[in-house]
Amino acid sequence: MLAVEILGFEKTYAAGFWRKKRKVGLRPLHLDVNQGEVFGFLGPNGAGKTTTLKLLMGLISPTAGSARIFGRHWREPQVRSRIGFLPEQPYFYDHLTPIELLNYYGALSGMSRDDLRARIPKLLERVGLADQGTVQLRKFSKGMLQRVGIAQAVIHDPELVFLDEPMSGLDPLGRREVREFIESLNAEGKTVFFSTHILSDAEALCDRVAVMNKGELRGVGVVAELVSQKSGRVEIVWQGKDAIPAVQALHAECHVAGETVRASIPESQLYAALDALRRQQARLIAVNPVGGSLENYFLQKLGVPAEAEQ
Amino acid sequence: MTRRVAAIAFNTFREAVRDRVLYNLIFFALLLVAMAPLLGQISIGVQRVLLVNLSLSAISVFGTIISIFLGISLVSKEIEKRTLYPVLSRPVGRGEFIVGKYFGLSGTLFVNTVAMSLGFYIALFIMSGRLGRADANVLLGIYFILLQFLVIIGLALLFSSFSTPIMSALFALAMFVAGSFAGDLRAFAAMTHGPGKWMALATSYVIPNLASLNVMTRVAHDQFIPASLVLYNTLYAICYSAATIAAALLLFSRRDLK
Repeated sequence: MLAVEILGFEKTYAAGFWRKKRKVGLRPLHLDVNQGEVFGFLGPNGAGKTTTLKLLMGLISPTAGSARIFGRHWREPQVRSRIGFLPEQPYFYDHLTPIELLNYYGALSGMSRDDLRARIPKLLERVGLADQGTVQLRKFSKGMLQRVGIAQAVIHDPELVFLDEPMSGLDPLGRREVREFIESLNAEGKTVFFSTHILSDAEALCDRVAVMNKGELRGVGVVAELVSQKSGRVEIVWQGKDAIPAVQALHAECHVAGETVRASIPESQLYAALDALRRQQARLIAVNPVGGSLENYFLQKLGVPAEAEQ
Repeated sequence: MTRRVAAIAFNTFREAVRDRVLYNLIFFALLLVAMAPLLGQISIGVQRVLLVNLSLSAISVFGTIISIFLGISLVSKEIEKRTLYPVLSRPVGRGEFIVGKYFGLSGTLFVNTVAMSLGFYIALFIMSGRLGRADANVLLGIYFILLQFLVIIGLALLFSSFSTPIMSALFALAMFVAGSFAGDLRAFAAMTHGPGKWMALATSYVIPNLASLNVMTRVAHDQFIPASLVLYNTLYAICYSAATIAAALLLFSRRDLK
């Protein structure tokens, strides 16, 4: 069963002083998300990711198109109780403590007081805020607010969770924690739909990704297939600049950083390149096959040549 | 639905309390204390009139300021700070949100007014040594002030649903001032002719009739307040507030959240 079906969502905004000009936020978008998968919604800033999420959350109305969530109209209240949402750079009522905030959102989601009493401590423990439950949110750092944001998104144990740029602005440790949380949601069988422009996060987490640019869907791909594609090239890393001309003669492109040289060459030229390095007594560091990467796919869909192709 | 509206209303009330809105009670208490030496220099009968007039005016002014300045940010602040996003992504209708906000601020004003009224009655008891029937009549004046707040909150909420806080404040203040002279506008309409008459009449019905809700001088002088006026004002405040909430909902339900 499909978790999300976007059926031609389209959004244009009135612009200009007389509001007669039309600015396209999202061109007709058709997209399916399977139940139980982690789906990455990729694109640079202004690609239409947040617009799509706002449309799905009912925060803005589409100019045209519709959507179904779990087979039902996306705006039905019953559907809303099955989904959770973390907005981009979330801001919450700073006069509340995490416990009060979760009680509030839980009540709005239709949870009983007994359920909330049992669930909130466990959830705070899970997001690492067990001992901050009674501190007002105005004293929280950005990373802590993001954890509160994740907790509020799943307080009612939804089957489908939408996360808008969940790693944005977090330090490496915070990003790792969010990644682990998404993995744990997926392990529980939940569907996760998250937007990001950090490709390494998407590559590590997603089953499938969609690439957006300028309000348009540019492609949808299975991450495992994208990264296992063979490129027919290998990357050699060594120390010693003297070997560069000999390797470049084998149709390689070399990048120098200090004494370290990194070269991408056709697989058929590997042994010739290694011979050249041995002749120049260069110090070999690594030889790696160059596979397909999400970055290559992303750049290709955006119409930007990948580094190896430049 | 009731539980969701109650949750939003309670959160609005709690926000006002934690933002120290009820600190105005301290100013009210200081005002009563400051009046004490002044009251000691005049005769007993005038003392009471002065105390009632000043206290009810203070309750009205403090409450009106709170109604307007909290009311105008009820919706716009939630949109600006994006605290509305996690609320409306849940099974919460925009109507429930608007109604919950209205009740939350009305509850804040109710608690504030009750606390001030208690302060007033304590001061009155200290001054006269007893409380009589005429003093109970003052409760009607306080009740009418509360009705006035309900109307002003509805208006502030309406402006907040489609405008910026600054513009909402200007609109709400303009309506408050115009509403205080609604009676004069109707009298003007009765005296004039032609299109001017109809314009004045139409305007007098659109702006809130706050003049009718002001009986401070009458209760200070222990004048009789007819039950029909109580009924009329109650119905008027309910209908006017309902109309402003409905208009706010109509505008807000179509609004895209930036």
